Amino acid sequence: MTGYTATVTVRLKHGVLDPEAETTQRALERLGFELDDLRSADRFEIDLDAADADEAAERAGEMADRLLANPTIHDYEVAVEELE
Amino acid sequence: MTVSVIQFGGSNCDRDAVRALAHLGVDAERVWHEDGLPDDTDGIVIPGGFSYGDYLRAGAMAARQPIMAEIRDAAESGTPVLGVCNGAQIGCEAGLTDGAFTTNRSARFQCEHVNLRVERADTPWTAAYDEGDVIEVPIAHGEGRFEIRGERLETLEADDRVLFRYCDADGNVTDETNPNGSTANVAGLLGARETVAVMMPHPERATLPDVGGTDGQGVLRAFSE
Repeated sequence: MTGYTATVTVRLKHGVLDPEAETTQRALERLGFELDDLRSADRFEIDLDAADADEAAERAGEMADRLLANPTIHDYEVAVEELE
Repeated sequence: MTVSVIQFGGSNCDRDAVRALAHLGVDAERVWHEDGLPDDTDGIVIPGGFSYGDYLRAGAMAARQPIMAEIRDAAESGTPVLGVCNGAQIGCEAGLTDGAFTTNRSARFQCEHVNLRVERADTPWTAAYDEGDVIEVPIAHGEGRFEIRGERLETLEADDRVLFRYCDADGNVTDETNPNGSTANVAGLLGARETVAVMMPHPERATLPDVGGTDGQGVLRAFSE
């Protein structure tokens, strides 16, 4: 078994209103920053042991399906890195 | 009829629900979720609150507790199930109804009275009303924007699963009368069976005459039959 960190990024599906991101964008603009758009996402870093990177990704994906993401409003992606 | 009002850590409308049901002569008791569903349960309320601190998403944690499997089974066998506010979020997350409730368009917590148009009067939850009636009930939520898209929205409408829509005092459903940006002004909807419903507004807070308005009584009367 090898140690991995699986990073699950959960974001709103394209087109779903994100009031928190809009509020954050307006706050940045009030601070004088110029920007065209801002999107926010949730990122989960999961340390786990697995036989290989594929298995680690599969298990993290299952966690996203079962709890971390809500398929009605979210898309997610999984990236896996071997722990040093 | 014994109604089980399910308590999770962070539920805070459980006592209100029991009290409102008692006012209507319905026997109700609070049930701690870890104790499981009592055998004599013949109605279920998932009350409002902030279960699990709304961590991750409102309702996400509670929806995955073991008692929800029992509640799904009970719902499938015809036991009336009502999710209110956080209970609606839990119900949606648990798949009792379609869609999802997420952050209000305002990005703020909103606590106010709203008008709801009764979209169907042929369900246990709305038998006390006529179709098109306007009732006034309070909302109190930060994540009450109903989201559903594409074919699933079309199916929801085609199957006539919308129970209440946010409207004005005359029953007009417009963007201005939509407090939180909900898709199609949906405030409450039915599950696969008409005995299952979730709604963001609080009928139990519009039941006791002393606390302002009794328009919500009709919803809870589903449990008095």
